[in-house]
Amino acid sequence: MSNKSNIVYPYIPNSVPQIKKAMLDELGMESVEDIYKEIPERLRFKGEMNIPEPIHSEARLQRHVEKILSKNKNCKEYISFLGGGTWNHYVPAVCDTIGSRDEILTSYVGEAFSDHGKFQILFESESMLADLTGFDACNTPTYDWANAIALVSRMASRTTGRKEILVSEVTGPQRKLVNENYCKPDISIVEIKFDFDNMCIDLDDLRSKISEKTACVYFENPSYLGFIETQGEEIVKIAHEKGALVAVGVDPTSLGVLEAPGDYGADYAVGELQPLGIHMSYGGGLGGFIACRDEEKFVAEYPSLLFGVLPTVKEGEYGFGQVAFERTSYGSREKGKDFIGTCAALHGMIAAVYLALMGPQGMIDLGKGIMQRVAYTKKELTKIDGIKIYNGLNFKEFVVNFDDFGKSVKEINKILLRKNIFGGIDLTDNFPTLGNCSLYAITEMTAKEDIDALLKALREMRQHLNL
Amino acid sequence: MSKAYLRKNFHEARWDEPMIYELSTPGTRGILIPEVEEELIAEVGDVAASLPQNIRRNAPLLLPEVDQKHVLAHYIHLTQETMGSNISNDLSEGTCTMKYNPRLSEAMALNNNFAELHPEQDVETVQGILEIYYKFEHIMKEVSGMDKFSFQPGGGNQAVYCAASIMRAYHESRNDLKRDTIITTIFSHPCDAAAPSTAGYNVITLYPNEKGVPDIDALKKAVEETGDHLAGIFMTNPEDIGIYNPNVDKFAEIVHSVGGLCYYDQANANAFLGVVRAKEAGFDMCHFNVHKTFGTPHGGEGPANGALGCREFLTKFLPKPTVEFDGEKYYLDFDRPESFGKVREYIGTAGVILRAYSWTMMHGAEGLKECAAVSVINNNYLEKLLLSIKGCGEAFLGNGITRQEQCRYSWEELYNDTGVGTDNINKRINDYGIPWYWASHHPWVIPQPMTLEPCETYSKCDLEEYYETLKQVANEAYTNPEIVLSAPHNSASHDLANPEDLNDPTKWAITWRAFLKKHGDKYTKVK
Repeated sequence: MSNKSNIVYPYIPNSVPQIKKAMLDELGMESVEDIYKEIPERLRFKGEMNIPEPIHSEARLQRHVEKILSKNKNCKEYISFLGGGTWNHYVPAVCDTIGSRDEILTSYVGEAFSDHGKFQILFESESMLADLTGFDACNTPTYDWANAIALVSRMASRTTGRKEILVSEVTGPQRKLVNENYCKPDISIVEIKFDFDNMCIDLDDLRSKISEKTACVYFENPSYLGFIETQGEEIVKIAHEKGALVAVGVDPTSLGVLEAPGDYGADYAVGELQPLGIHMSYGGGLGGFIACRDEEKFVAEYPSLLFGVLPTVKEGEYGFGQVAFERTSYGSREKGKDFIGTCAALHGMIAAVYLALMGPQGMIDLGKGIMQRVAYTKKELTKIDGIKIYNGLNFKEFVVNFDDFGKSVKEINKILLRKNIFGGIDLTDNFPTLGNCSLYAITEMTAKEDIDALLKALREMRQHLNL
Repeated sequence: MSKAYLRKNFHEARWDEPMIYELSTPGTRGILIPEVEEELIAEVGDVAASLPQNIRRNAPLLLPEVDQKHVLAHYIHLTQETMGSNISNDLSEGTCTMKYNPRLSEAMALNNNFAELHPEQDVETVQGILEIYYKFEHIMKEVSGMDKFSFQPGGGNQAVYCAASIMRAYHESRNDLKRDTIITTIFSHPCDAAAPSTAGYNVITLYPNEKGVPDIDALKKAVEETGDHLAGIFMTNPEDIGIYNPNVDKFAEIVHSVGGLCYYDQANANAFLGVVRAKEAGFDMCHFNVHKTFGTPHGGEGPANGALGCREFLTKFLPKPTVEFDGEKYYLDFDRPESFGKVREYIGTAGVILRAYSWTMMHGAEGLKECAAVSVINNNYLEKLLLSIKGCGEAFLGNGITRQEQCRYSWEELYNDTGVGTDNINKRINDYGIPWYWASHHPWVIPQPMTLEPCETYSKCDLEEYYETLKQVANEAYTNPEIVLSAPHNSASHDLANPEDLNDPTKWAITWRAFLKKHGDKYTKVK
């Protein structure tokens, strides 16, 4: 029998020895071994799990975990210029309140009549993401943005019956890896060149690669390097002329100021939910979405759950249900579209709360303010000897070139770290042709004093080199 | 002495809540954005307004405009119309292991030293979270007997997909390119078929023998027919009907004998912590649904985590990066040339790992075994009670096999007697405060199924309340079937008037704007 020390665990009500005994008596059993007897002896684990001694009280456990966590440095105490797929945005307290509610936090796969609220929140989330991106259909969350790209590649391939995807070379490197893995069985990926003089897609290269084999063209706007793609309509035209579809990866925080992909003719928009009121949590805050045209040939290829609204038997009441459920692997196992499972529903729900709080003006103010801070930072950085900034329109990220600065990005970031600043992402491994470059991100959390602290640190570094 | 009672006067919250869009009043604000400093604006002006016309947002942004108090109230109303496991007797969701999710874990996940970490910070500044990853990996190795783990998969399904990617990389590394088929069993989770299929594999599905045990003769036949085209097997044990497969190691031997790999889906591992392990069963890889077995919230379907473990010879194929320790510092190892790549950005749902580490440290080895023991005792206790209800049977009733952590019951007899089926019962129990239960994955092999998993979270009183409720509903089916057939009566909402419209492209509405386009204001609350 386990629990030799007869500990009563607060999370295990029936660990009380008398209760357990009463239940076993009722079953006519001596011990739990009368149940485990179905497992042959040869399969039983004979050893003891070598795991640390438990800390039974919550007070001591909290002390133990918080002590480990105190070895971290966080983006509230440090100034952060990190982005690239997770960003330091403000998380409204209301988002934390709703996201922490036990009713939804600990819900799972209940049906619409008993988990009506969860269905409505996710429906509203789908609706607001569709408004942002300019589409009439949107799914419940995918695992992350990368997963959304991968699924769209497969959806577009099925819709068109074609087996090739064109992907901009300036796509998030990790997102590319995920997409490559999901496409590997039967879809080939061809990279479209980026025009590093004009900081947008190389249309000549796109024209030379697109063909009747192309299922979909994927590019990010803003791109991974922060540049706003100015040729969206042109790309759509080129793709559609060949019967190919277009998917645009977006940062949803840009869509208060930037044109929605659905409104410049794209067929899908995908992106990341994390900036919409979700804590970064060391990359655990991700969730993706796929918006598309509300046409059967597109919607029928989603692997995801789709929550739809319809009237109930009671007049004036909204009810919800799963749209076209049989297309999913829950409905049809391997005959369904790809596979579906537990993804990131809570993050979809928090994104709904965030967008409801922000409203149209909030999204416009957010985008405007970020662009002003970015413009200021770029302008001031160029005044520092040895630093170059690429021309081009940026939303919240931009590339800083330190080729003539006298230090590698790695060295610069180490020195910044000593001044409580997280410098930008080092691009030297993933974009070696750019040289000694770093990707800086600015959000509404970045105050002028933070930018000035960065400028000061870099000026001092440079002066020190000149001495 | 039982304290269980029937919640005869239950009513779920029903706010008759409009859509957030219907609460919109033009000009209203829910939150303000930090203002840009004036001297900064003086330097750069209105940058967004100077964007070329073709890239500036031209279409109106139709988000709702609602003040903060009403946003908060709206979403609290909606949360109240949801029956999370922490607030209800949710042994209902069989196969899902709905444990109590401690509030302490939530408090720790909001700690700035976790919530405000960017995943690309210098590793020197994230030593704490990497230490938790590393220590939790050690625990998982002990629980499974596997040699290395990745926590990159965002759930069990993605772990299975990740395993299929590893399987492919392994066979390719041996230049063994014929292997295009996998085997699974019908009572394994649908993802054990669908995820390898997405990875490019053909799927063979085995059905059980007359006792409900995976059929070893069927396996032998499938392996013989597939031969050197067999990439591997993906199977759950126990399967979703709660019967432990006593031949599981023989399954592994048979698959290995033709060069296939063996994947153990441990979604149902809770009842076997410290009792049996993937290693002793002879499997090469396995995954745990961390959000199930290790006490973290399910989030209404994520974020979750599928901890993927494997034996030494497969570790080089794991997704990158892995978390390593050099004796002084923790670090991320990206230098893994034979890795198949990635299934997710960064290193997974860190919040799930943090909570699971905390939960596991509270229990220790002995506590994990206690979870297992209480779970199987709870299940057998509930089974005995439920099988005494007229009309309630179970899958492979009377096969002489003691069930483990869950049972798949069947209301076939009740349905034949009264016309009341499992879907009706499921709606009616909600009128008594019990959340919707898990019937079965599709296809229903067992008629009128109901799958319950009373893990260690549920008290004796909870089990008896569940029994009292089902007994009441079964009795209603025999005496007043109409009240069951017309249920739910007291839940947050009613049945759809025309559920078939969910399959009609001219009527389905996945967004509010589509709803308005297709139905006008015919059904809106605010005209």
